[in-house]
Amino acid sequence: MVHWTAEEKQFIISLWGKVNVAECGGEALARLLIVYPWTQRFFSTFGNLSSANAILHNPKVHAHGKKVLTSFGDAVKNLDNIKATFAHLSELHCDKLHVDPENFKLLGNILVIVLATHFGKDFTPASQAAWQKLVSSVAHALSLKYH
Amino acid sequence: MGLTACDKTNVKAVWVKVGGHLEDYGAETLERMFTSYPQTKTYFPHFDLHHGSAQIRAHGKKVLGALGEAVSHIDDLATALSKLSDLHAQNLRVDPVNFKLLSHSFLVVVALHFPSVLTPEVHVSLDKFLVAVSTVLTSKYR
Repeated sequence: MVHWTAEEKQFIISLWGKVNVAECGGEALARLLIVYPWTQRFFSTFGNLSSANAILHNPKVHAHGKKVLTSFGDAVKNLDNIKATFAHLSELHCDKLHVDPENFKLLGNILVIVLATHFGKDFTPASQAAWQKLVSSVAHALSLKYH
Repeated sequence: MGLTACDKTNVKAVWVKVGGHLEDYGAETLERMFTSYPQTKTYFPHFDLHHGSAQIRAHGKKVLGALGEAVSHIDDLATALSKLSDLHAQNLRVDPVNFKLLSHSFLVVVALHFPSVLTPEVHVSLDKFLVAVSTVLTSKYR
């Protein structure tokens, strides 16, 4: 189980309160697909991913990004029980989606960069550190049921 | 994975913004790396690692200065970074995984100070550039 200081929880919860989940989620997924184009392998049914512009305006990317970040919000609401919170999703990503867990780390870091673009200096080094810990905890939890 | 002409243009565009504040952004990059990834501090037991430390500012300036040199010689990174590559292989021997941590920390600094510059297209170019630099710096490790 991950141990969070009160300060880390505060950084996470207060920033999350200001996040536009649809916007940031869509941006994060689009950026993942643009910056690491091999991740497009999981989205062959998403239509036009042929250019950065196409990806940024793709409604399926936007919708899925929102879905993914909404789910991420479950981690924020259950910081003391991330492992159990993502147990089912872990099985899904292994058994049905066949996603290499390395991709969770890539998306986590992209999310941190998207948060940085939105929050600027408010995204202090200490706040970033708390978020790095969160994205890595979620990535880890999502890989636990892999076999 | 080579740098395209477009990548090189994008990286130079970032450097126009970053170039004038190497000490500030260099220090911030290092501070973020040390805060998010405390294991990276193991390479600096001899440093004062407090916020605002003169050593961090100087070292940050040195690191970004070297990156700036790489930008100026972006068509031949291997030659431009050859001496630094020797240094990392023979003296510093920083584990390769740490180059990713430093690169990510630098991307965060660019993102928060210049969000409109770090479009997804520029982001991929800068990421590719940092990977290319990291590859050169670890190329003589064994």
